[in-house]
Amino acid sequence: MANALIDFILVSVALLAIGIYGIAVKRNAIRMLFGIEMIINSANLNLVAFSRYIPNSQGQTLALFSIAIAAAEVAVGLALVIVAYRMYRNIDIADFRSLKG
Amino acid sequence: MVDSVFLALSVLTIGSAIVALEIRSLIYGSIALMLTLSGVAGFFLLLDAPFVAMFQLSVYVGSIAVLILFTVMLVRRELIFNKVEDKRRRYAGIVLMVVLMLGIGTIIIGSGLKTMDTNSSAVDYKKIGEDFLTYYSPALIVMALILASSIIGAMTLARREDVIDGQRAD
Repeated sequence: MANALIDFILVSVALLAIGIYGIAVKRNAIRMLFGIEMIINSANLNLVAFSRYIPNSQGQTLALFSIAIAAAEVAVGLALVIVAYRMYRNIDIADFRSLKG
Repeated sequence: MVDSVFLALSVLTIGSAIVALEIRSLIYGSIALMLTLSGVAGFFLLLDAPFVAMFQLSVYVGSIAVLILFTVMLVRRELIFNKVEDKRRRYAGIVLMVVLMLGIGTIIIGSGLKTMDTNSSAVDYKKIGEDFLTYYSPALIVMALILASSIIGAMTLARREDVIDGQRAD
């Protein structure tokens, strides 16, 4: 193959780092969800890349399960954002005070 | 050595990921996120996994990104363009991102993964479908139940209790 395994893994590392930056810095709840999506996608990219180069079909199967579970997670996350928006009229996570321990 | 398709895809993916987090408007941000997810689907196609790529396109680009767009449209207008953030925290985040990239990157480049290459043919996607219906069928059923319960949970969470027969109580 033209591309080596390490290229895909480096792209996945970059995506992971950008996602962590998004979660750490952004205060907008929807933008934090963007960061979570990027991290999940970098994990999926790793799974499929290793499954191509080993080669084995189990990595792809696990990636399919992971994509489906991520869809469920995003649905619940967006519902939580809508509920919090309705309570606080804002999506800034610094305003979600009553969730503080 | 990488080919040009790979380079273009990685520039598209990483660039639109940064744009998704940094652009002012959340609507353009979610469209950029859609581009990132499509770029990852392109990587899956490069990795000879067309089944996963199509699944990614239909689930992520088709449903999740549209769901995010609708949620953004439900939010008040000035919040979409509002961008409050701490300058110091932002610099700390950029430093954290660069440290993560360089750290994990050097570890991976130094590891034995560099020499890993394959000449064997790709896994047939028909085998994945067979696996799903035979070996993984209990897991598939459990996953369907998880999806159904989480969607029902999301609908219950987002339900308005003060709306009765289409008329608002407030």
